[in-house]
Parts: sequence; C-alpha cells; structure tokens
Amino acid sequence: MNHWIIAPVVLPALMAAVIVLAMRHHQGLQRIFSLGACFALVAIAIGLFVESASGRIGVYELGNWPAPFGIVLVLDRLSALMVLITSVLALVVVLYAIGSDWDARGHHFHALFQFQLMGICGAFLTGDAFNLFVFFEVLLIASYGLMIHGGGGRRFRAGLQYVLYNLLGSTLFLFALGTLYAVTGTLNMADLAVRVAELPANDTALLRVGAMLLLLVFAIKAALLPLHFWLPETYAEAPAPVAALFAIMTKVGAYAILRMYTLVFGPDAAVTGELTGPWFLAAALVTLGVGMIGVLGASKLGRLAAFSAIGSMGTLLIAISVFTPETTQAALYYMIHSTIAGAMMFLVVDLVRERRGAVGDALVPAPAMAQHGLLAALFFGAAIASAGMPPLSGFIGKLLILDAVRGSEHVWLIWSVILATTLVAVLGFAQAGSKVFWKTTNPEEPSAAAGEDDPAPTPAVTMPRLPLVATGALLAASVLLSVFAGPVNGFLSATADQLYNSEIYVSGVLGAR
Amino acid sequence: MEFLVASAIGVLTAVGLYLVLRFRSFPVILGISMLSYAVNVFLFATGRLAVDMPPVLSEGVTAYTDPLPQALVLTAIVISFGMTAVVVLLALGAYLSARTDAVDIGLDDQEADT
Repeated sequence: MNHWIIAPVVLPALMAAVIVLAMRHHQGLQRIFSLGACFALVAIAIGLFVESASGRIGVYELGNWPAPFGIVLVLDRLSALMVLITSVLALVVVLYAIGSDWDARGHHFHALFQFQLMGICGAFLTGDAFNLFVFFEVLLIASYGLMIHGGGGRRFRAGLQYVLYNLLGSTLFLFALGTLYAVTGTLNMADLAVRVAELPANDTALLRVGAMLLLLVFAIKAALLPLHFWLPETYAEAPAPVAALFAIMTKVGAYAILRMYTLVFGPDAAVTGELTGPWFLAAALVTLGVGMIGVLGASKLGRLAAFSAIGSMGTLLIAISVFTPETTQAALYYMIHSTIAGAMMFLVVDLVRERRGAVGDALVPAPAMAQHGLLAALFFGAAIASAGMPPLSGFIGKLLILDAVRGSEHVWLIWSVILATTLVAVLGFAQAGSKVFWKTTNPEEPSAAAGEDDPAPTPAVTMPRLPLVATGALLAASVLLSVFAGPVNGFLSATADQLYNSEIYVSGVLGAR
Repeated sequence: MEFLVASAIGVLTAVGLYLVLRFRSFPVILGISMLSYAVNVFLFATGRLAVDMPPVLSEGVTAYTDPLPQALVLTAIVISFGMTAVVVLLALGAYLSARTDAVDIGLDDQEADT
C-alpha cells in the first residue's frame, strides 16, 4: 500500500491546523509555511502523477479495511491529473495572495486556503460516494470563509447567497446518496458499479431517480444552466486569489460527473445509460451561450470574468456530455486549459482593479494606470486564452473538441454554437479591453466617476512585482500547454481509455487483497 | 410506521422548501434546517425500517438493522449542525454590514453599491 496517496489530503489538513493554532498572529510565518506546503504539494502531486502514468490503479485503504467495507482513496490517471492541476494552481494563487497583500486583509486566509486544498484533493482522490460528500463539505465550508475574506457588505451578501445555494445542494446530495444506498446497499464507487450492472432491468425506477438527483448536484457545482445562478455574483465579489482558486471548484463538479457517469452509470450500462441523454448536451450548449453573451453584456470586469468562467464550463460540459473516449480526452485538455485561463482572467482583473483606484473594475474610461502597457498585454493574453484564439491553449482545446464531436449526431448544432459563441466572446473581450486600456482619459481632468479625490496613478516602482510574476506564470503555463499539446494528449488519451474501461478500476479496488 | 415516516419526511421537505422561498435570511435558514431534518430521517430509513433490532451482527442473531445509515446520519447531522452555525453568523454579518436581510440581490442594489 502506497502511503503517498493520502499525502495530498493529510498535508494541507495538518498545515491548516498548525497555522491556525501555532502562528495565528504571525503573518510572515503563515506565509512561509503556506507557501512551503504548496511547494511540497506540487512535489507530491508530481510523484503521484508519475506513478499513475504506469496505468496501475493505486488504492489506499483507510484504517486497513478492505474495499467495500472501508473507505478507499483511489489514484488513477484522472485523479492524479486533477491533483496536479490543483497543486500548481494553488502555488500560483498563494504567491499572488502574498504579493498583493490579499492575505493580510482579514484573518486566517492561509489556514482556510489549506483546508480548501484538503477538500479539493480529497474529492479528487476518494473512491467512496459518501466520502465524496464529506470532502465536498470540507471544501465548501473552507470556501465560505475564503469567500467573505476581507469583508464588506456587498461581499457578505454575495457570500450568504453562495452558502445558502450550496447548502440546498448538499441536502440534495444526501437525498441522492440515500436513494442509491437504499437500492444498491453500498456507497463504494467500484462496488456501486458492480451492483448497478447486476440490477434487473425492470426494477430501476428508484436507481434512476438517485442517478438523476446526483447529476443535478454535480451540475450545481459545475454551474450548468439553469443551476448557475450562484456563480456570477460569487465569483465577481470574491477576493481575487479566492476567485482564481474557485476556477478549480467548478471542475470538481465536472470531475464528479465524469467519474460517476463513466464508472457507475456508464454509457453502456443498460439501466441508466440513456439518462444523460440529449437534454444534458442542450443544457451545456445553453450554458455556453449564456456565458459568452454575459461576457458581451458585462458592465464590470469582475462579472466579465465570471461569465467567461460559465462559458468555459459550458464548452467543457458539451465535450463531457457526448461520453466517448475521444470527446473525454478533448474535455480533459480543455479542463486543464480553462482552469489556467479562468484563474489568469480573475488575477488580471484584480491587477487592473487595484491600480484604477475608485473606478475599480467598471468598464468606463479612466486615467491611464501604472504599468498600463504590461497589464494590457496580460489582459490580451487572458482574453485570447479564454476566447480560444491561437496561439494559446484555448484554441487547441476548442479544436480538439470540435474534432472529437464529429461522430456525434448533433455535430452541426455543437459546431455552430461553439463557433458562434467564440465570435461573441471575442467581441465581448475586445469591447471590454478597448474601454479599459485604450479609451483612457487625461489624468489632469479626472472623469466624473473617478471623483475629485482620486489620487494620481501610483508610479510603477511601488507596485509589488510578485502578483505580476504569478499572473505571468499562468500565461506561461498556457503557452507550455500549447507547445506540449502532443505529449499531454498522449497522456489524456490513456486517461480516457482508463475511464471507459471501468473494469480496470473495479478490479483494482475490489481485488486489492 | 412506513406511512408515518414517509409523511413526516414529506411535510418537513414541504415546509423547508416554502421557507427557503421566502427570500429573507432568517426564514431561509429555518427552511434549510427543516430540509436537513428531512434528509436525516430519510437517510435513516434507507436501511429499511426495523424496530427493536440490534444494529450489529453477532452470533445467533438473524434479524438486525443496517448500521451503515446510522453512521451516515451521524455524519450528516454533524455537518449540517456546523453549516447552520456558519450560515447564521454569515447572515448576521450580512445584515449588520448591509442593513438588509433580503437574500436576493436585485438590480437596484447593484446600482446603489456602484
């Protein structure tokens, strides 16, 4: 038994406890330990990733209880990939938070951040449906604290909405799990897959209800229309590093859909196969449309970034909803890309907001800000990546999806929606970028929105460099993802194959002893 | 027995949904508590209703009640208790800083803030 599998859960958990108990008044120590933990997490994630590339299913039995009786953590290619993305994103985000002093605007940023990492990594690694619920709650309760970090009436109200929405989602999750347990008598995912396949075809009404409820829960997390209402306000009001970390949270929903609906309710399972039929694809298409139209119509950069996150989830869920190995491979590539691009967009928006003073992120002309050209270039990069234009990874991601859905019966619909929304997104980003970066007013005559007491733009030397480095690192990651698209796709192809050969997973977990 | 439990879950869920749709933070929190009570009873019933039976297997026992839902319910109770505490504090913070207990954020709020 490889004990490293549980390290991505235990390390942030211990670190969070140490930070909150031993160094709650030492901002400097908190930063050092939090950053160190993130570096260690990246190293562990790389190790697990290399191990998973061999194709063997790693199983960690908690308390040494064998699989269907105890809780297991399972390391396969998909979960190792997701943990790696999480750890890299966390490192960048924590660098940004330290550099921009976001972590000093309230208490316990780093402790909550580590708890959130624990929840996310746990949700990716667990092989038990109820344990998935528990890790969802861990990551949610940490995200509630992070969401309102720094305070402010507006943020509190957005946070309350977010919490209430997710509490309803959690209730639904429990109803779904209860139904599944009542039908199958197990909650271990591998065991569920076996039992669901064995159920007689005429006795599946309750099972279908449970599977559907579960899909709704994951759709809430993945912001699938019409369950996306919590996202724009939350992401636009959350502190920037938190919003950037939330870029991986919607992917937790997408991951859970991918996991449960290939393993347990797989496309070839007779009783539940047609559940995720055309309506799922339709909802994903509408999600993409609404997201990109929101980009075009946003009045603030924060909301623009939030709607572009919805749009990218739409694209991702379109690719997932077709459920073939090729489309899943494309979806995974797009998932890596959209995590990077979404986080980059939120960080760039925050850089702009910090430098524009009272104008904030509103899309109105304002005096030129410090480091104007550099920020314009970063926004340009983030916009290119989010819209899916060459040369960044969004282009390759969308191309892979378009190519992979050619076998689907709805290919023309998917193609036209993706291509049309890309055009809308390009227009939206271009409009926002030109308003913020080109239509600058003269600093001597501040615009009405800026007010009389608006200070002159701060000289470039006083602006901290670290946030720019962190944002630039994401841009570099997007470039690297395009340059190494070939090897990455080789791995993702093997990942998709492993997902659709669910008997490998089942025998890996249940036959571990 | 089955009828009693089923209707109790149904009534609790209906009350919870009604309260959640009131869009004021205090009724919404009460509604979410009701929903979590409903789901706790529901989880308890998923192992089938068995009265007066031991929850564990031991020598010579042929009839027993499923112990797993009890463990699940315990976890769910603990989590929903913690979540309710968080959301009460958050609602209080939102009320004190924004001076309104409306849960939805309307268009006029957005203009007032900017």
